[in-house]
Amino acid sequence: MNFLLMTVLVAFRVLGRHRMRSALTMLGIIIGVGAVIAMVSIGEGAKAAVQAQIASFGTNVIIILPGAMTVSGVRTGHGGAVTLTVADIEELKKIPGVTEIGWARRDAMQVVHERKNWFTTINGVTPGYLTIRGWSIVSGDFFTQTEMDKAAKVALLGNSVFKNLFEPGEDPVGATIRIKNIPFKVVGVLDAKGYDTRGADQDDVVFIPFTTAERKIMGTKFLGSIGAGFLSAESPEQMSQIVEEVKRILRQRHKLRPTQEDDFTVRNQIDIAKVQEGTSESMTLLLLAVASISLLVGGIGIMNILLVSVTERTREIGIRMAVGAKRRHILLQFLVEAVVLSAMGGLIGVGLGVGGAKTASNLAGWPTIISGDILLIAFGFSALVGVFFGLYPANKASRLNPIEALRYE
Amino acid sequence: MSLIVLRDLVKIYRLGEMEVHALRGVSLKIEAGEFVAIMGASGSGKSTLMNILGCLDVPTSGTYTLEGTDVSTLGENRLAEIRSSKIGFVFQNFNLIPRTTALENVQLPLFYKEIPSRDQKAMALQALERVGLADRQRHHPAQLSGGQQQRVAIARALVTNPSIILADEPTGNLDSQASREIMDTLTQLNREGITIILITHEADIAGYARRTIMMKDGVILSDRDAGGVAVGRLVPQETRA
Repeated sequence: MNFLLMTVLVAFRVLGRHRMRSALTMLGIIIGVGAVIAMVSIGEGAKAAVQAQIASFGTNVIIILPGAMTVSGVRTGHGGAVTLTVADIEELKKIPGVTEIGWARRDAMQVVHERKNWFTTINGVTPGYLTIRGWSIVSGDFFTQTEMDKAAKVALLGNSVFKNLFEPGEDPVGATIRIKNIPFKVVGVLDAKGYDTRGADQDDVVFIPFTTAERKIMGTKFLGSIGAGFLSAESPEQMSQIVEEVKRILRQRHKLRPTQEDDFTVRNQIDIAKVQEGTSESMTLLLLAVASISLLVGGIGIMNILLVSVTERTREIGIRMAVGAKRRHILLQFLVEAVVLSAMGGLIGVGLGVGGAKTASNLAGWPTIISGDILLIAFGFSALVGVFFGLYPANKASRLNPIEALRYE
Repeated sequence: MSLIVLRDLVKIYRLGEMEVHALRGVSLKIEAGEFVAIMGASGSGKSTLMNILGCLDVPTSGTYTLEGTDVSTLGENRLAEIRSSKIGFVFQNFNLIPRTTALENVQLPLFYKEIPSRDQKAMALQALERVGLADRQRHHPAQLSGGQQQRVAIARALVTNPSIILADEPTGNLDSQASREIMDTLTQLNREGITIILITHEADIAGYARRTIMMKDGVILSDRDAGGVAVGRLVPQETRA
């Protein structure tokens, strides 16, 4: 081991003699490792942020939207049909595994508080909806089933709406706001959820009881028709089974013939998550490909420079052999030089990658997650590249004939 | 027991289709403590003989016995071990490793004997002292004169306490003043008991040796002591001036 340690010291000294050459040789590995670490860190950060966004929608949520409708050949978009009703959703409560149901209808309207006003989404919802979506309250309280039943004029403010209608530090609970010139009593302010997966501000919303929305604000063409229904499942494993059951029950209730398409759409979060996972998986594969290519190129660079070095130092190798170096000593010396080059490149790359990721997150505000695993893997791999690409030049050096090597000019 | 015994040494090189007979049956004995010069024109086979004596090469046929061991059939690793323990080389062009201090150059053979690094330094310094260059231990070859470089090379040859020092045209690249110094150093080492085999084509350099072997066309032409007496009845004799 003593010999190995001394060989490492000698390798550092030899490489130190050609600083520029060594640095350029390491560059391939540095760039490869650095890029991979920076990209993986940023990618992991983005993935975690997306997962947090998905989670912010609520867990195990199934959404049912009214379908498109064809009127004289003109098809409306989702929600064009008015056929999805409160009664439909209430029926779905009977499906095993469904723990909570809720529904909602929304419209965009102007909201006024004293001299301030704000254009926002008014969402008429049930208490169950608020539970399913996992909203929590920072001050005041949710509205109750009783308020819902009597279509009380009460409102819950999303955080963004609160900020736009009230002064900071003001307590809005008990205040009166006007929607369509109808006064509503503010009963609570909701905790911020941030942006959703599509980048919309989830907190730019006012929640009022569904019944109030239907009867006093939005009106309806068809009593009990809703904008969207929400179910929450007990566990993620039950989701797909519940979705099938929902489809069966709704088709039956809407008296659809087997040839007719669904007049509703069922979505669940697992589908959204799957799309996200697919994206991040192909991203990871792409990163791996980039990393392998840059490490390959870096390795070839090391091999190339070592071959040059073996030629330049032919006579030195001859001298070393004459004074008693065995073939394995020469082999080890060049192999160690290759590994020192690639491992140092890897180390510098790790440093630059971490620095780059930190800089990116500071400058652009991207979240980054730097995992120790990826640092170790990247470093280990770069060292392995040194062994692999150092083997050929080292072997070539060790096979020189000492007599010819000594005569080499 | 003789230090070196060569019997019917033959070395044939193949250059493509052609066979070059570098040695055509060389037999000789060298005793421990001798100072032998091997002379001959280029192509006489003296370099080939030197390579075989130095265990850098093996003969095509014949035997080479070094301190009672037949080394003509050994593998590369065993030959490397013999080089590192029994033989010290001094070359015409010094063959020091560039941009490496004198001390480290002298340490090199110890490195491959895998001697602990602390002992290496002390041993190398001692060898440099023997050639009078202890004060130049931190100098690189380029900072030393030719004579000094050759003395560093001699220190490197000495450091493993070898049985033989093989000097191949050691003064070929030196002026007469430096040549004299180097030959005096070698003579001094020989007095201290080290066997020295000198390869040269200069008669005055060969004159330092107590025995001269002339080679031509791969065979020994003559083998005489300094007084001109054919070897075989070698009588102890003081070195000449």
